[in-house]
Amino acid sequence: MMRASPARILLYVISALVLVYLIMPVLIIAPISFSGARFLSFPPPSFSTRWYQQYFSNPAWMQATRVTLTVAFLTVVIATPLGVAAAYAICQSKLRIMRIVHMALLLPLVVPIIITAVGIFFVYAKIGLVATMPGLVLANVMLGLPYVVISVLAGLQSFDPAQEMVARSLGMNRLRSFFAVTLPQIKSSVVAGGIFAFISAMDETIVALFISGGQYQPLTKRMFTALRDEIDPTIAAISTLMTAASFMLVLLATRLRRRNASC
Amino acid sequence: MLALVSPALLVILLLIVLPVGWLAWQSIYHDGFTLENYRRVFTEDIYWRSFALTFEISLAVTVIALLLGYPVAYLANSVPRGWSILILSLVVLPFWTSVLVRAYAWLALLQRTGVINQFLRYLEVISEPLALVHNTFGTVVATVHILLPFMVLPLYATMQKIPGDLMQAGASLGASPSLTFVRVFLPLSLPGVLAGCTMVFVLCLGFYITPELLGGGRTVMVSMLVSRNVELYNQFGAASAVAVVLLLSVLVIFFVVSRFISLDRVLGQR
Repeated sequence: MMRASPARILLYVISALVLVYLIMPVLIIAPISFSGARFLSFPPPSFSTRWYQQYFSNPAWMQATRVTLTVAFLTVVIATPLGVAAAYAICQSKLRIMRIVHMALLLPLVVPIIITAVGIFFVYAKIGLVATMPGLVLANVMLGLPYVVISVLAGLQSFDPAQEMVARSLGMNRLRSFFAVTLPQIKSSVVAGGIFAFISAMDETIVALFISGGQYQPLTKRMFTALRDEIDPTIAAISTLMTAASFMLVLLATRLRRRNASC
Repeated sequence: MLALVSPALLVILLLIVLPVGWLAWQSIYHDGFTLENYRRVFTEDIYWRSFALTFEISLAVTVIALLLGYPVAYLANSVPRGWSILILSLVVLPFWTSVLVRAYAWLALLQRTGVINQFLRYLEVISEPLALVHNTFGTVVATVHILLPFMVLPLYATMQKIPGDLMQAGASLGASPSLTFVRVFLPLSLPGVLAGCTMVFVLCLGFYITPELLGGGRTVMVSMLVSRNVELYNQFGAASAVAVVLLLSVLVIFFVVSRFISLDRVLGQR
């Protein structure tokens, strides 16, 4: 066992401080959201759920919530099959071009999001997709694809392709053998990828700032606009709900992944 | 196989390659070819200052993130597995909170009547609230917070691969723990340092939400230059030229770094 040298103690102290710095903002939101005070104060002078009531009774926030959930849901429904098909092809094919395809699918993570956002805005402006639901969904599908591809590729790496060969040698066609043999075994990484795409769509802000408008504004855009004007504790309530949703989904995704890794 | 990738590829082509290509085209073409937009970007003060500020802030954020992230990654690597999972979960936890939510949290913490100022006044350390936000300081604090996981994860991944025997070998040859660290561990962890620094620096170059919400209008980073040129001034050509220069900077950095380490190492962390 290592002796606790001064250097070691210093390491503990610094790391603890850094971890507090990382966690504090996440933890501070919930108490603020239950504060009875109009203005931000900490610790909150009284307990109340008025900011939650305000959120749930405000038609504009509710509409924005519907938009966010619809966009996130449709993003998962579209991005997951596209991502799975692409990851499968990248994994199976020995064509050299697949390396380039793989890189291309990761582009959304490489190009600064502000550039993507402005570029999409210009293209959408030409073809009339600004402030529409399809426009918002398509952009989020593109942004969510890398998460599905990365997750499914990781799943496929621990899968033995010989099993699918066996199924095909027994007379199944490629499609059936994929659904009967491969997919069940990579199911959890598919679901995990879909969950990450959902979170990505739920949290996406910058592209939405440029291309969404009218009645099709997601929560994040309304929150951003509200934050520029004043600090309204309603946003703390929304933030708390969003964070709780994210954490539950991530927990689910990581548990699925771990189970996948063990088999 | 190509048929299977084509839908995904089509989405990528239409929604990122085409838009970026459009930007590039628009930056040089407006009723005929022109380099006017680039002349402005490279000669006008406001553009220069913004690029300089963005690189300064990105550099500061990268250095701070490295100084904060290295000890955490080191600790996570040197404690029993249960503890390292706990430490890494704490690092990744904020990762999955919306950037917007975290920017809001930092506003709540740092503003004049915010949690930190109230606490310091309660302790009577200060009599007047400190200006912690709506300036570069607030921007850096929140940006480091958001980018720190991108530093810790590659560092940790690299440190995991350093065999523990090497340290023991160093010790058995009579080197002090600090000497083994400096001569053996630190050099072996450098690929992780490079991967983490690259990711943090590049992401910071394009950061938008934190400088916009916490910079108080004074910290005009390049991303804000792009958005203002679009939203306020309708200067699409200028916005495009700024975006192209930003993108080229990012690509050059990735290219240079890829000569030293595999890019998978930089990108594979998320």
